[in-house]
Amino acid sequence: MTTTRANSDVLSMLDRPNSYIGKSVPRPNLDRLMQGRGLYVSDMELPRMVHVAFLRSPHAHAKIVKIDAHDAKRMPGVISVVTGEELATVITPWIGVLSHLKGLKSAPQSAIAIDRVCWQGEAVAAVVATSRAAAEDAAENISVEYEALDAVTDVIAALDPETPIIHSSLGDNLAFERNHDAGNVDKAFAQADQVVEAEFVFGRHTGVTLEPRAVVADWNVAEARLTIYQGTQAPHMVQNIAALHLGLTESQVRVVCKDVGGSFGIKVHIYADEMAVYALSKLLRRPVKFVADRVESFNTDIHARDHRCRAKIGVKQDGIITAFEIDDLTGIGPYSMYPRTSAIEANQVVNLVGGPYANSNYRARARVVFQNKNVMCQYRAVGHPIACSITEGLVDLAAMKIGMDPVEIRRRNLIADDGYPCASPSGLRFERLSHHASLNELIAMMDYDGLRAEQAALRAKNIHRGIGIASFIEVTNPSAAFYGVGGAKISSQDGVALRLDAQGSVICQTSITEQGQGSESLTAQIVGSVLGVPMQCVRVIMGDTDNTPYGGGTWASRGAGIGGEAALQAAKILRRNILNVAAAILQSMSADLDIVNAAIVNVSDGALRIELSELARIVYFRPDTLPPGVQPELMATRHFVPREYPFAFTNGIQASWLEVDTDTGFVRLLKHWVVEDCGTIINPQLVDEQIRGGVVQGLGAALFEKCIYDERGQLTNANMADYLVPMPSEMPDIDVGHVVSPTLESELGAKGAGEAGTAGAAAAVSNAVNDALRPFDTIVTEIPLTPRVILAALGRI
Amino acid sequence: MKASAFSYARPTTVPNALELLALHGDRAKVLAGGQSLMPAMNLRLISPKLIVDIGAIVELRGISLKGEVLLVGALTRHVDLHNSAEIARYAPLLKEAIAHVAHPAIRNRGTIGGSLAHADPAAELPACMMALGATLLVRGVHGERRIAAEEFFTGIYETLLSPDELLIAVEIPVAQRNSSPFFQEFSRRRGDYAIVGLAAQAVLKNSGFSDLRLAFFSVGNRPHLAKAARQLTNVVVTRSILSDASDLLRQELDPHEDQHATPAMRRYLANLLLRRCVSKLLDRPDLLEEP
Amino acid sequence: MVQMPISFLVNGERVDAVVPARLNLADFLREHLKLTGTHIGCEHGVCGACTVRVDGDIVRSCLILAVQMHDATVETIEGLSDSGEVADLQRAFRERNALQCGFCTPGMLMAAQDLLKHCPVPDRDRIREHLSGNYCRCTGYQAIVDAVETTARMRAP
Repeated sequence: MTTTRANSDVLSMLDRPNSYIGKSVPRPNLDRLMQGRGLYVSDMELPRMVHVAFLRSPHAHAKIVKIDAHDAKRMPGVISVVTGEELATVITPWIGVLSHLKGLKSAPQSAIAIDRVCWQGEAVAAVVATSRAAAEDAAENISVEYEALDAVTDVIAALDPETPIIHSSLGDNLAFERNHDAGNVDKAFAQADQVVEAEFVFGRHTGVTLEPRAVVADWNVAEARLTIYQGTQAPHMVQNIAALHLGLTESQVRVVCKDVGGSFGIKVHIYADEMAVYALSKLLRRPVKFVADRVESFNTDIHARDHRCRAKIGVKQDGIITAFEIDDLTGIGPYSMYPRTSAIEANQVVNLVGGPYANSNYRARARVVFQNKNVMCQYRAVGHPIACSITEGLVDLAAMKIGMDPVEIRRRNLIADDGYPCASPSGLRFERLSHHASLNELIAMMDYDGLRAEQAALRAKNIHRGIGIASFIEVTNPSAAFYGVGGAKISSQDGVALRLDAQGSVICQTSITEQGQGSESLTAQIVGSVLGVPMQCVRVIMGDTDNTPYGGGTWASRGAGIGGEAALQAAKILRRNILNVAAAILQSMSADLDIVNAAIVNVSDGALRIELSELARIVYFRPDTLPPGVQPELMATRHFVPREYPFAFTNGIQASWLEVDTDTGFVRLLKHWVVEDCGTIINPQLVDEQIRGGVVQGLGAALFEKCIYDERGQLTNANMADYLVPMPSEMPDIDVGHVVSPTLESELGAKGAGEAGTAGAAAAVSNAVNDALRPFDTIVTEIPLTPRVILAALGRI
Repeated sequence: MKASAFSYARPTTVPNALELLALHGDRAKVLAGGQSLMPAMNLRLISPKLIVDIGAIVELRGISLKGEVLLVGALTRHVDLHNSAEIARYAPLLKEAIAHVAHPAIRNRGTIGGSLAHADPAAELPACMMALGATLLVRGVHGERRIAAEEFFTGIYETLLSPDELLIAVEIPVAQRNSSPFFQEFSRRRGDYAIVGLAAQAVLKNSGFSDLRLAFFSVGNRPHLAKAARQLTNVVVTRSILSDASDLLRQELDPHEDQHATPAMRRYLANLLLRRCVSKLLDRPDLLEEP
Repeated sequence: MVQMPISFLVNGERVDAVVPARLNLADFLREHLKLTGTHIGCEHGVCGACTVRVDGDIVRSCLILAVQMHDATVETIEGLSDSGEVADLQRAFRERNALQCGFCTPGMLMAAQDLLKHCPVPDRDRIREHLSGNYCRCTGYQAIVDAVETTARMRAP
């Protein structure tokens, strides 16, 4: 179910005849995916292609004393066994720092470990063979002599002077610290009627993309060109970095994405083992394929969200929040990830806490420490789930303390809908949000009062249901403020090249990429609408650095807002160019003509003047019939980059309705609601589905997911039976509503929507559980909320 | 994650299979449904040199009523147990339990023999066999033996089966009149292994139990037939008697710790299951509350 | 290395091959027959991406050896698509956007079709239950449940 309430006028470009904007049209080209005829990189085969399996360290921290691959090299099917030292002749190491994250430090990381391994699962050798099975057989016959070193596996102990320093050259295990102080927090707490403190603990998560990371690297020595087939979200970034570290020029590297079996940020980073694959192909001069198996994925796909945060809120008896304060600690891996760094998540937490609220007193400290565990980096909604859980958890605690309804305290503190533009105490600039309109929509959708009555009635029968609300803001459409300013070669702009071909089809090359969210569809919908052609006429080409404009790709919910705007602008120009040619052919004024349904028509009476296909035929094959001097241009390219706002913030609010079985500690999710304001909605169904998928990832975080490391730094649940992802039976239906506040930065007015679901879902669930447990006078501020955690909170065990 | 190389044999008779097992000993592994063996092999947790695929041995299939027992062939698939009219009628506990075993695709291949021989302490079927007082028929080159289910499971993935023996069938006593099954397990998600579970079979008499078999699973290194059940048979069950039985249960259990539960939590949940079981079977809602 | 001859039906076609004993059915379908619609997500039977039909039953092809398939009838998503057996399910999936990245979709369609064969009018809980062994990270499942529900309604007489 979806309801929409427009908050402003829709712009004219979007109001064209037969416009697809705002229509839930089915995505094009789904048949091949549904028939099992997609082409994922894990499906790919090339002539002379070989397979690599990595021998991985069983130790969290150890010196590599000796690697003996003598027997392994002679096993059937083995092409080569390559160590870190050997690979270093082909590929240089990297350091994951950005200059705008002041003080962020990290050590050089090699594609394959040299001298020392720093996490359990880090690759120590690559075995290349004619099949994955043969490579694994050989890997078992490599003997590695390790000298185990002390492992840093506790975030708090990591900063103890007694704890060994992972990289002695860095001086300590502190990768990054950020402090922020706005307003007068101490005075604000002193003036508060109540101050509530809590420690919030978050389980470490990972993405668990159903298709694991897969790459085929093909170095063609005769062409001196490397083609990388990889399901990356940012092909130009991969191109840039591969070239840089392999000693190639940018134009010697082509990155092709193919179909991608899920990403959510997991596949936007640079992985050591993938860099190793590029290098191996160059070394061996043939295609090399790597597909991570599930255990490897758990051990080496980036992890995220491993935080513990002491947080405080000050509130007056009338409900006004006076201050927020946090002290956040997060443990990453032994290296800051490249090139986006492992400090961004913590930095976002500092930025985002308290975001929806009209409070100006805010103090924060965030520290990021190295550990001998898997690397950590951006994963869907980066930092938002942490910040939202902390903020919304504190707001609920404040409400409880003063005896106020959680909806009421939000009404009194959310930034007023007419209070924009404004800035948060952490320096975030908001163009226009709709917290109150969203809250009102949510309350209506969920029948809040009805649920409260039901809760009360069931409580009398010892059935404990809870309602949890979570407001949130969400970063989308990032400008260069995110990465570019820090020196990262990550583009914040995107481009679309559009042309009308000889038979009237429209070819659209875009620099955003598709992982299933609907990038292809939104692009075709915009082009079709603005140009005036049916969507079926528009062929979208994505994910190929040889065949698309230069761009950032799809991440941080930027595809629709930035890539969509580029598509809109390119379509406007192509439309103008076509109408100019049409005017010349038809001896009319271009202002009197329009393109509707792939034909030139009169604006005045809609009469058909000439089909686009006929116009194209003339332009391409009979330009001799055009008026003198006319040089038609049936191709247009436009790029778009956000300039005014560093980020286009969206806002939303979520609610969870659940039941806690106080006998068993199990939580049953009954229903979930989201109201989201992401500006102009291009395809409501696709947006809603992004929200639903995002919510379920957040629900997984709330109840199930956690990477469990033991004190020796061993990941103990690196498989899908023991790392619990949300499955169909435990997930609720999710109702989605919208408020629409377009951004004025673009003509399209679209902000992003991909991550909003994940930002607030866990917070809503946590608040709902605590709401359900009110009669038991216990609060839980840790996730996942497992039966064990809940039974302990209830004092049953 | 590719399995190590192995040789493969597909005997068509039990004697052939037994010859192979006798010859190769613990370098061979029996392949039945493969739903537990194959993951272990793909993960290279085990690397047998020979796989003996018993899937073609017709003698090992089938469910038949033989007097007062149901004879269930070791290769009977979970889905067949679930759909079987004989099981529904004569061993309804099994039909209820099977719905909790993994997922449809797994149940289409997994077998009762495989589950019992694999002896995962968290599995449903071993506990069901104990609750039903079943007998396992085991054959080696030297002949056949009969092993009571309550003795068969000796540890984590350990049973009384030797490497050169094959589980042939299970004999399940037909459910008596006035008998009632109870099955409940707590699992994080549908189809997951239980955190704690109870498979129980009772014979009711005069508002009480004349027989009660309580088989807990996922409570330690093997399924556990509770001695505490004796406290509840041939008595009028009061809250006090149930409480004593609870205490006994707490003492006789030696649960393990894992990511899902501490030993204390397992004891707590086992007790919850005990109370729910007794309360439901006797239709005594008053017994649900803790005294 | 032990190589064994096998002969069986895949999507109605007789297939003859000689394969190592350790080759699982998923890898056989993908690498030998180039039927890459059957996907590999975990190789320990948990995610459902490799679901195919053997002798009419849905199974995890990553947990079956190719050599076990001698004389069996195997059907993959390609076969079910070409025969039209799941055409209405696929239409419903498209309309409802019950797939995003598409990686779980072949397995989901297999499981959904299996459900509708055994239970023509399932309620939403039943649908979720039958699909409980198929992992999707993209959709959050609701759209898939909607699409299966819609198809069931349309198939009902």
